[in-house]
Amino acid sequence: MQGVLHQILSGLATGGIYASLALALVMIYQATHHVNFAQGEMATLSTYIAYTMVTAGWSYWVSFIATVVVSFIMGVVVERVLMRPMTNAPVLALVGVFIGLLLIVNAMTGWIWDFTIKTFPSPFHSSTPLLGGFLSGHELGSTVVTLVMLLCIYLFFRHTSLGLAMRAAAYNPVSSRLVGVRVGWMLALGWGLAAAIGAIAGMMIAPIVFLDPNMMAGVLLYAFAGALLGGIENPLGAVIGGFAVGVIENLGGAYVVGTELKLTLALVIIVAVLMIKPSGLLGRTVMSRV
Amino acid sequence: MSGEITAEATEASTSIRTQPSTRARPVPFAVTVIVLAGAVALTFLVSNYHLFQLTMLVGYAVAILGLNIATGYNGQISLGHGAFYAVGAYTAAILMSNFDVPYWATLPIAAIISAIIGFLIGFPALRFTGLYLALTTFALAVAVPQLLKFKGIEDWTGGVQGIVISKPEAPFGLPLNPDQWLYLFSLGVAGLLFLFAWNLIRGRIGRAMMAIRDHALAAEAMGIDLALLKTRTFAVSAMYTGVAGALSAIAVEFVAPDSFTVFVSIFLFVGLVVGGVASITGAIFGAAFIVFIPNIAEQVSKAAPGAIYGVILIAFMYLMPSGVAGLLRRLYHRLVPSSR
Repeated sequence: MQGVLHQILSGLATGGIYASLALALVMIYQATHHVNFAQGEMATLSTYIAYTMVTAGWSYWVSFIATVVVSFIMGVVVERVLMRPMTNAPVLALVGVFIGLLLIVNAMTGWIWDFTIKTFPSPFHSSTPLLGGFLSGHELGSTVVTLVMLLCIYLFFRHTSLGLAMRAAAYNPVSSRLVGVRVGWMLALGWGLAAAIGAIAGMMIAPIVFLDPNMMAGVLLYAFAGALLGGIENPLGAVIGGFAVGVIENLGGAYVVGTELKLTLALVIIVAVLMIKPSGLLGRTVMSRV
Repeated sequence: MSGEITAEATEASTSIRTQPSTRARPVPFAVTVIVLAGAVALTFLVSNYHLFQLTMLVGYAVAILGLNIATGYNGQISLGHGAFYAVGAYTAAILMSNFDVPYWATLPIAAIISAIIGFLIGFPALRFTGLYLALTTFALAVAVPQLLKFKGIEDWTGGVQGIVISKPEAPFGLPLNPDQWLYLFSLGVAGLLFLFAWNLIRGRIGRAMMAIRDHALAAEAMGIDLALLKTRTFAVSAMYTGVAGALSAIAVEFVAPDSFTVFVSIFLFVGLVVGGVASITGAIFGAAFIVFIPNIAEQVSKAAPGAIYGVILIAFMYLMPSGVAGLLRRLYHRLVPSSR
């Protein structure tokens, strides 16, 4: 029983990171109905930027904030430069652009910081495990950071006029434009926010999985699974889905399939959700008339 | 109501506009003969290392052709064809090392096994369209190395170590070295597969495949069985890529899980786009691109091929969505006005 509880708690800790990245995916999906295949690589790039700042001697939290800001700008620039001309392009062209972005960012991180595995510092030092030995200091700390970030995002979308405008632009672009919302810029802000969230997720997972240019491939897959499980139209669903996938991954890895097939578990979740309940647990079923 | 109709109509027309090559246009017979003769002549003209590269090129061309059948002609975007490539490669390697099957006999078996797996994956794929299918197949591609390392099948797959096989000698006492023979053998297999694909695409089934891509509802209304045709298309597509995988395994003489990362699938996709979506000859240009560009780019940096692939992929999406084949076709029609 102790073991199960331990697996669940540490599953929730990594689940928080999946939840963040799932939320980033959903933000872009809601606004544009695109799934950003390069979200993971962008997060990796952000983490490398943080790594550079920390090794240059900046304090961790200054680097943290600087990285979030830089990533936000990066997201906005990518939307403005790459995605804007593709607004009405067919799906194949979009997939092409996303995959192209993935390749470029991946190669760039490999080029600048080379492919060797690096350790990334964690701000949450604790020599003794916490909560009766169930969680490490980093796991607890990263969960707190994730929850605070999710709360901030919730408050931003619910209680600021900019958040309202962004939701409106995603929900009904034509009407929003008529009442004076600059829909194009709202999309760019959404990309920026998604990149910033991805950066936080990257910095939180890097101390666990170690820093290398491909570190996010697996994480991105779990985030996809989480987003789909919760309902890719629903931010709250994506967050819950992310946590759930973290727990499923840990329990499944410990008791069912073993650690070697953990990634396959994500594939199974994705296929199962799409087959059984394509709208996800909290999504609404969309009917389309033809 | 009328709004919906217009939306539907514009959607259909954009998909037609951005994929101009809706018909398989036959390359003039003379050109085909000259290219084939040139390809055969190369056997005796270039070094063994270059022959190995050309054999890989032929393999990739078949793999990209397979991907093109599903993605280009049928509109089922797959980012996971590396999985079928791996299935073909491992089938050939396991048969040759564990069961002493001759190399040429592994190809039909690899074809059948990949086709069955493709057919099975084609079923869930029926429920996904566009981006969701791309997403699911992407997940498959990411999971491939882990599946290959799975302990339960280690006796066959050799686990992380992989399997070493050896290159076949030329049969009937032909005065060829193994590289030359394997190149000619691959060329023959690829020639047959290209001919078969060309016949498939320009016939009734090919038209039905394209009708589904351009307007699934209208295709269904015309009496096309969507589920049947889409799953079978996926199976044929997987079969092609599986045979290509088997050819490449024989040429490389080695298979290991880490040679089949997600990047194999991504590179096949890059080859598809660069060569030309929905173009049979495009597969050859795409294969040439993914074989030769890394060699040139790696002189700059180990990471350069990825960056160049990415930049070129995005550039093609913006500037040349019909790929090299589309560009050549336009040039040809401009130079030979009567061919329009």
